[in-house]
Amino acid sequence: MELAQLLRQSETEWWILPTGKMRVPVVIYATESLMQEMDQKVYEQAVNVATLPGIEKACYVMPDAHWGYGFPIGGVAAFDPERGGVISAGGVGFDISCGVRTLLTGLTREEILPVREGLAESLFRKVPAGVGSRGQIHLGSQEMDEMLRGGASWAVGRGYGLPEDLERTEERGRMEGARPDQVSDFAKKRQQDEMGTLGSGNHYLEVQEVRAVYDSELAAAYGIRDGEVVVSIHCGSRGLGHQIGTEFLKRMLPAAARAGIELPDRELACAPIESDVGQEYLGAMRAATNCALANRQIITHLVRQAFHQIFPSAQLRLLYDVSHNTCKVETHTIDGHPKRLFVHRKGATRAFGPGHPDIPAALRAAGQPVLIGGTMGTASYVLAGTGKGLERSFGSACHGAGRSMSRHQALRQWRGRELIDDLAAKGILIRSPSYRGVAEEAPGAYKDVSAVVDAAHEAGLARKVARLEPMICIKG
Amino acid sequence: MVRWELFHHGADMGVRGAGRSKAEAFEQAATALTGVVTDPATVAPSTVVEFTRQEADDELLLVDWLNALVYEMATRRMLFSRFEVAIEGDTLHAKAWGEAVDVARHQPAVEVKGATFTELQVRRDPDGTWIAQCVVDV
Repeated sequence: MELAQLLRQSETEWWILPTGKMRVPVVIYATESLMQEMDQKVYEQAVNVATLPGIEKACYVMPDAHWGYGFPIGGVAAFDPERGGVISAGGVGFDISCGVRTLLTGLTREEILPVREGLAESLFRKVPAGVGSRGQIHLGSQEMDEMLRGGASWAVGRGYGLPEDLERTEERGRMEGARPDQVSDFAKKRQQDEMGTLGSGNHYLEVQEVRAVYDSELAAAYGIRDGEVVVSIHCGSRGLGHQIGTEFLKRMLPAAARAGIELPDRELACAPIESDVGQEYLGAMRAATNCALANRQIITHLVRQAFHQIFPSAQLRLLYDVSHNTCKVETHTIDGHPKRLFVHRKGATRAFGPGHPDIPAALRAAGQPVLIGGTMGTASYVLAGTGKGLERSFGSACHGAGRSMSRHQALRQWRGRELIDDLAAKGILIRSPSYRGVAEEAPGAYKDVSAVVDAAHEAGLARKVARLEPMICIKG
Repeated sequence: MVRWELFHHGADMGVRGAGRSKAEAFEQAATALTGVVTDPATVAPSTVVEFTRQEADDELLLVDWLNALVYEMATRRMLFSRFEVAIEGDTLHAKAWGEAVDVARHQPAVEVKGATFTELQVRRDPDGTWIAQCVVDV
């Protein structure tokens, strides 16, 4: 990105002041080196977001941002329905409610090491991954609607997991306001055999070791111990969410025109929150969120089954489940007054600070866990939301490393088989149905996740709690 | 002149088809879509699926065509390697031949979530070549 176009406010904060049709400024949180790496397209896309009706305060950009469609990935924007605010399918993304959950195993690295080959095989067999994979669950039409209304609660009711898992899931495992009647039959058909599947691309299931604790008080509050093994699951709403994204992106083009919204980019297709299309999208998007929550809950159950074959008494408690691609109704203080806003986080994590009522009671004093996914060869992080973050980014932080190289380039640079051998030599076991998929997802194709996390920490968006290093990675 | 290719995009993939006619460019863009997932040469054209799509604008028609293929790939668990497209006015009639995904043989890299409006173009270059392209979310 051309830094001369920006106003530097601090080591980690950069502003684009409003010009032309921009209604608010853009605020980017990143270090100078991350800014230099960031696409120029992020600048253009964030400026475009800042022109949308009803946007509050600013368009915020996270340190891992990169070129998306419509919104940059790593873009956060809140809209006020009373000032003509909009909802944008491109502001949520195709993989609605894609996110991460982390389970605490209570096991140590030393306990895992002698059995890790068997554990990797068992996890790979249990959790369907990759293109064309099917789950063991087939949903008929009534059950599909119940799943779309019930989310992880539905899954727990069907025996996939424990009631206490729901306390540790955003929305307590079930997003209110889901409208299965607004989800097309096409979307439902794409999902009928995909429950409990991981998907492909950057989605993964990782067994990780807690290799560093940066804040022992917060780690203790989260139940994280140095040397302990955890399991992280990264996936989303599968075919159902993708189809909803596809259909509403198309429907929002004429809806924007009808509402007299001048779109600087077709990908920013949106509809007024209070319009029919806006309300229908919200109902469908919430149903897709429930699908993602149910999907991660079923995978949790499959992971527990795989662990129990080897460690019959392991508990695998859920630390937390967060989504990266969402739009949520939240109350934020604007000019001293509480306001109900529709907060889009696309490739960004909610990161509420200590005491926020939306955080589960057991974690409330510490602040919300923020789970940052790495790549199969690099670290992941656990952070904690801060009070400051509410003012700085509507309580949001980064979501992962963010790609720095296209899949095309990665394919030219790496061979899947060699990459798997190299990672095995470093003690990381990879299981994947596709060598090409592994090559495209090479750790070297991503930004330095540690630099991204440090920037989020420095900017005050979230506090570093622990670093997790991969031991086993199941890739789709 | 008749060819397909993938082009760079930060996180996703661009698909581009070129041909002597708009329909041929659409066929090549569809081959590129398969190229995102696997080498189209490994996909046997043994089963046919038919499509009809209608859109007032060529670019929306391309997105619709690619999304129809994405849908069939997902629900039939198929990959396609041969395409026949006819475009009359605002209507596309097409046939796509392919086979069920065979993970060991196809080594499918990534699912396509949907075709997007990013870098979306259906145009005719000065040398008469038709180009049909967009970014697909993976």
